[in-house]
Amino acid sequence: MVSLYGTEIASRLLLGTARYPSPAILEEAVRRSATGIVTVSLRREMAGVKKDGDRNRGGAFFEMIRALGVRVLPNTAGCHSVEEAVLTAKMAREVFSTDWIKLEVIGHHDSLQPDVFALVEAARILIAEGFQVFPYTTEDLVVGEKLLAAGCKVLMPWCAPIGSAMGPVNPAALRAYRAAFPEVPLIVDAGIGRPSHATAVMELGYDAVLLNTAVSGAGDPAAMAEAFGQAIAAGRMAYLADPLSPRDMAVPSTPVIGKAVFDLPPDLPASTGRAVA
Amino acid sequence: MRILVKGAGVGGLAAAFALHRAGHQVTVCEKAADFSAAASWLAGGMLAPYCERESAPERVLADGLGAADWWAQAVPGSVTRAGTLVVAPARDEGELERFARRTRGFEWLDAEGVAALEPALAGRFRRGLFFREEAHLDPRRTLLALRDRLVAEGAVIRFGMEVGEAGLSPASHDCVVDCTGAAARGRLPGLRAVRGEMLMLETPEVTLSRPVRLLHPRHPLYVVPRAGGRFMVGATMIESETQGLVSARSVMELLNAAYALHPAFGEAHLAETGAGLRPAFADNLPAITGEGGQFQINGFYRHGFLLAPSIAEALAARLAKTPAPATLAPETSGPEKLGHFLQGEVA
Repeated sequence: MVSLYGTEIASRLLLGTARYPSPAILEEAVRRSATGIVTVSLRREMAGVKKDGDRNRGGAFFEMIRALGVRVLPNTAGCHSVEEAVLTAKMAREVFSTDWIKLEVIGHHDSLQPDVFALVEAARILIAEGFQVFPYTTEDLVVGEKLLAAGCKVLMPWCAPIGSAMGPVNPAALRAYRAAFPEVPLIVDAGIGRPSHATAVMELGYDAVLLNTAVSGAGDPAAMAEAFGQAIAAGRMAYLADPLSPRDMAVPSTPVIGKAVFDLPPDLPASTGRAVA
Repeated sequence: MRILVKGAGVGGLAAAFALHRAGHQVTVCEKAADFSAAASWLAGGMLAPYCERESAPERVLADGLGAADWWAQAVPGSVTRAGTLVVAPARDEGELERFARRTRGFEWLDAEGVAALEPALAGRFRRGLFFREEAHLDPRRTLLALRDRLVAEGAVIRFGMEVGEAGLSPASHDCVVDCTGAAARGRLPGLRAVRGEMLMLETPEVTLSRPVRLLHPRHPLYVVPRAGGRFMVGATMIESETQGLVSARSVMELLNAAYALHPAFGEAHLAETGAGLRPAFADNLPAITGEGGQFQINGFYRHGFLLAPSIAEALAARLAKTPAPATLAPETSGPEKLGHFLQGEVA
């Protein structure tokens, strides 16, 4: 179980809800992935929703999201400024009755890189207002420290640009990030393309993975969701099982003590002593 | 039978025509004063079952294959059979591969092939997909012409009238078919609206002979040529139930994509913008619900002109208590579709 702001979550997959072929397929993907948390974008889906009503529940799509029976993590996707992100977070709190917010402040329209300066500022404002902030950030350690200083209890570094499907492009940085924040729940957010990418970051000790396009854009989103659920569980189990570190030399898996292997001339084919992983 | 059809969008008029042709006495009642409230008034009018298959289930392809023939019969001269061209900007060419993997009915084109098909796009795209069997129509001309034909052949169509007004009482009809689209939300369980926004550009500088789709990971777009140098550019897909005006961001995205297709669109006149609500069920597939003398046809999503014919014929077949015509037989449409159609029917 991973604990996020005091809430114990069984699944280590956080699934985005955008761009599925249909809500029915989204629902099937959520079910087969066994995810416990879905993220929802308010930025565009909120277009035109009344701000005056005290019973602001959004439209039928949000009703469907609520009916999924999993926790909702609203996000500020598409926000380009502190003000926009703060406003969107407040609308999200109203619509989904949650203090959770995935905070995303985009700095560059084309690359969708987070604006980490605005991110820290928006996090500070929202935490002062009682929000529990899940910041979408880069793998920069100093930014991570500043987010923690602002009051974030979870960090969500990318592993590659949003929607790029490249997988972890800088594993060394992700490893350093994990080492720098051993006690903080870390969720890799953005850039995952395949289940093997998710397994790889889970093996590094990350607590969870957040993804959307890798599932919604797949030919069979529901099957891909299930594959990700298994891949993430496998990566976590592997991490806990303390995997081997790579080494330069072959290591025999069969004990060689007591065998004549050390006396064999080097040109003889050795039936023992092979490096079998 | 005397049948009252509520709603004069593409679903209502197609149903009215199928029922009229089956020998029923049909009255269409539309609350709005004209067609402009119908989502289909803002439609692209692409009869593109293969392209839609990229993101839609097989049923959309199977049921949509007969649409071009149906419209050509219902409204002679309305259908242009020139196929669909799908292209992608150089840096997104991977999108073409993905699109191709998920459907069929196309041939690959190189740059010369694209230029031969659409000379206006010569030199702009290295590769393309050509869906030769697809067609398109002008939704507005088609709806107006179908209305005229129905009236000429003795059906009654009333605009600006509520059911219950002058002679439009359900009690004086044997059957009522509700085709009111997104307005049926709240009455039809599971029906939601998906907002769509479109533009109409007008320029003499670009000539296209067929719908062109520009693939883009974030802002896919289609451009459908219309008469008079007009181009329908669409369409956003937003999970919002607000009709309202087109947003500045959507206009920006649609124009950017149109400009990427051809820079001359940057000099075009912005003749019209529109925002409408597509009615959709959770699976984004249309359905006939109801029984006895009360039916509902709804949930066409982005497939009004493509799927209204098969739904209309299926309804006519049900009311006639005879099997559907051969083109709609189970072997071409699959059990999934029949199961869907028969929702709510008493055995």
